[in-house]
Amino acid sequence: MSHEENQTNQYLTFYLNGEIFGIPIHRVLEVLDYTEITKVPQTPDYMRGVINLRGSIVPVVDMHLKFDLDPSERTVNSCIIIMDVTIEGTKTSLGALADSVREVIELEPGQIEPAPKMGTRLNSDFVQGMGKHGDEFIMLLNIDAVFTGHHGSLSEADSVAA
Amino acid sequence: MDSPQQAFKEEAYELLTELETALLELEECPDDMEIIGQVFRAMHTIKGSGAMFGFTDISSFTHEVETVYDLVRSGEMKVTKTLVDLSLQARDHILGLLDAVCEGQPADLPRSGELVRQFQALIPGKTSTPAFEVPVQEEKAEIDELQTYRIRFNPSPEILKTGTRMSALLDELAELGTCRTIAHKSKVPPLDQIDPELCYVSWDILLTSPCREEEIRDVFIFVEDECEIRIRRLDIGSDGEEQQKRLGDILIERGDITQDEIDKVIAKSRRIGEMLVDARLVDVDAVESALQEQQLVRQLTEKRKEKTEAPASSSLRVPAERLDELVNLVGEMVTVQSRLSQTAALSGDSELQSIAEEVERLTEELRDSTLNIRMLPIGSTFSKFKRLVRDIASDLKKEVDFQTAGAETELDKTVIEQLNDPLVHIIRNSMDHGLELPDVRQAAGKPRQGTVFLGAQHSGDSVVIEIRDDGKGLNTDVIREKAISKGLIGPDENLSDQEIYQLIFAPGFSTAQQVTGLSGRGVGMDVVKRAIEALRGTISLDSTLGKGTTVRLRIPLTLAIIESLLVKIGSGSFVLPLSAVEECVELTQSDIEDSHGRCLANVRGTLIPYIPLRNSFAIPGPVPPIQQIVITRIDGQQVGFVVDTVIGEHQTVIKSLGPMYRDVRCTSGATILGDGSVALILDLVPLTQQHAVTEAARLS
Repeated sequence: MSHEENQTNQYLTFYLNGEIFGIPIHRVLEVLDYTEITKVPQTPDYMRGVINLRGSIVPVVDMHLKFDLDPSERTVNSCIIIMDVTIEGTKTSLGALADSVREVIELEPGQIEPAPKMGTRLNSDFVQGMGKHGDEFIMLLNIDAVFTGHHGSLSEADSVAA
Repeated sequence: MDSPQQAFKEEAYELLTELETALLELEECPDDMEIIGQVFRAMHTIKGSGAMFGFTDISSFTHEVETVYDLVRSGEMKVTKTLVDLSLQARDHILGLLDAVCEGQPADLPRSGELVRQFQALIPGKTSTPAFEVPVQEEKAEIDELQTYRIRFNPSPEILKTGTRMSALLDELAELGTCRTIAHKSKVPPLDQIDPELCYVSWDILLTSPCREEEIRDVFIFVEDECEIRIRRLDIGSDGEEQQKRLGDILIERGDITQDEIDKVIAKSRRIGEMLVDARLVDVDAVESALQEQQLVRQLTEKRKEKTEAPASSSLRVPAERLDELVNLVGEMVTVQSRLSQTAALSGDSELQSIAEEVERLTEELRDSTLNIRMLPIGSTFSKFKRLVRDIASDLKKEVDFQTAGAETELDKTVIEQLNDPLVHIIRNSMDHGLELPDVRQAAGKPRQGTVFLGAQHSGDSVVIEIRDDGKGLNTDVIREKAISKGLIGPDENLSDQEIYQLIFAPGFSTAQQVTGLSGRGVGMDVVKRAIEALRGTISLDSTLGKGTTVRLRIPLTLAIIESLLVKIGSGSFVLPLSAVEECVELTQSDIEDSHGRCLANVRGTLIPYIPLRNSFAIPGPVPPIQQIVITRIDGQQVGFVVDTVIGEHQTVIKSLGPMYRDVRCTSGATILGDGSVALILDLVPLTQQHAVTEAARLS
């Protein structure tokens, strides 16, 4: 698997509040249209709840709230990206609620710059690197870090810097 | 490792467990022949299959131990504590040998030798004579192939004239196997009338032998014309179902007598044999012969039973994963079935509805029997604890009587497995911290021997497991001080006894002054509590200073599927375990207004506190004018849960919410409803506790 991981340069890109984010394509299982999400009581807002994915219970995380962006409007393009993540050593499937998916792009390792230490408005652990695709910069997410733990989206370093 | 050896390994593990249980039982009742038999059989099987699969170290060592038990079985040796101790060591050694072979390490043969010497030292006035042992084993091994024949040899009086020697014939028969020979002498005339050239005697011979009927006939091949020979194989039910024949039946079968004649005699009601003889219907020899046969059949049947009883008569060994798969499939099936039922109900098609009902009934049965397959009696773990207690007791120099009850209580296999570690912890704690040393106990006026009780029983959809000791009990002052010194509570905090007991479950808490190898490393009870909660169970403590401590675990029967009550709050669906639900009552707007903000419902004169789930879960939306209170009983206490509407009963297939929701306390999982939507399963106990805490916080 790790061998294959190194080989794959494809990323699925999606929009959150107009910004483009990318995740490695081999971690993505499927993209669903928005469906009814069952909220689990007494959980943080960004944990939108769970859905029934062909008989399995899959949790859904609202990426807007996770990253402290403005709450999302539901549109016809709203979608849930189902992906494989490893949370505290346990492999599990999880849905990320995004504004819309854009495309699958290919990025050579040379096109990826290390994540800036500050200024991304995100916990620097969450960002794997910045992909340069044409004129755009794509924030490539380290999805395991994003969904591990229940800490807020802003790192302490960022809060201090801000 | 190839599969036959793997199979032997699995079998051996089971046998060793069986052996351990039997040995421990034997220690309690050293004269119980049945248990001695069990020990012997377990050893014998290990030896036999060990040799078959090339585990020679194991089989030769086991053989020596078995030899000793053979002596015990035949009454030449008594069971002593030393013998049991040694046997337990031998059992551990066999396990060690097995592990060594499997890991490709050299066997600890010096240890084998040493144990064998110790065993032989126990044998009264006997030096090892393995040569004597071998034939005994062979006989035992071949019981299955042995047949018993009844041979009636009725020579014509003229037979002697052909030069046949009767004794030679009988000797030849005796060579074929074990013989019981009874001569019928009634036709022998008084001495002065005897013609020495005539044969007046006939014989009944019971032959137990591995040979076939033809071979027996061959013995008589030269005298066939001069005599009447009837050979009949006795059916000593190989399946153990054969009824033992009564004497009368045997005589009838042989044609010595008819049923009518017997019936007439029976009316006189004396021993059938005597009566028949008195009535001159049969002679003494015939009765004797039949009696012999009866006895033989009885013995053989018993022997055979002994052999077949040991392993479960017809059971299958199935990998647990396959069962898990089956349970998963049944879970899916239940979900689909509820969808079918819902669709059928909506369609209004009566034929479809009846099909849906049929499917529902079948699914329910399928579900029950599938879950039943996974149910195991908890006793299998109890026996392990017996050994544990014994070992700990000797380590701690304490005298302990370990009692168990409810070993037959059945629980899901996974649950039993996961209960093992917590129970070990609790029992260790009881013995280490609870029970005092014998001298201390005596000084306190208690029997020197402490008691640890482990019991299990069903209670609704849960099993309650109780671990009780009659030790010194929990000292609340000590716990308190300790908690203060560890900073768990403030020095001025006023806590009830129960609250103080709960401190024991706090991480890093340990009351032992002295850290021992067994417990007291501070990783005790908090780990136990977490493990029990992971099983959706609860743990509670009760203690009287100086009298003892009781730990009570409440564990749900199964982790897969439960009966539940489906309710709605706003647009969300929730299910409550039906076993906890007692009734549902209405809660109207005026009820709420009348209660002055208190959450208490008056149900037929009883005030029952209720929890408005809509508030607890912060569910938005208008409150319906009439809500429902689902009244449940949790740990003996009635608590109501307010919901918008009650939908009805529901078969709930429990699905985990996954690691993302690991910290959520109020739900124990989710389930998928017939329409494909998700409902959350409410975990009532933490929900109630949580409510109590927030209420207390609001008041203070």
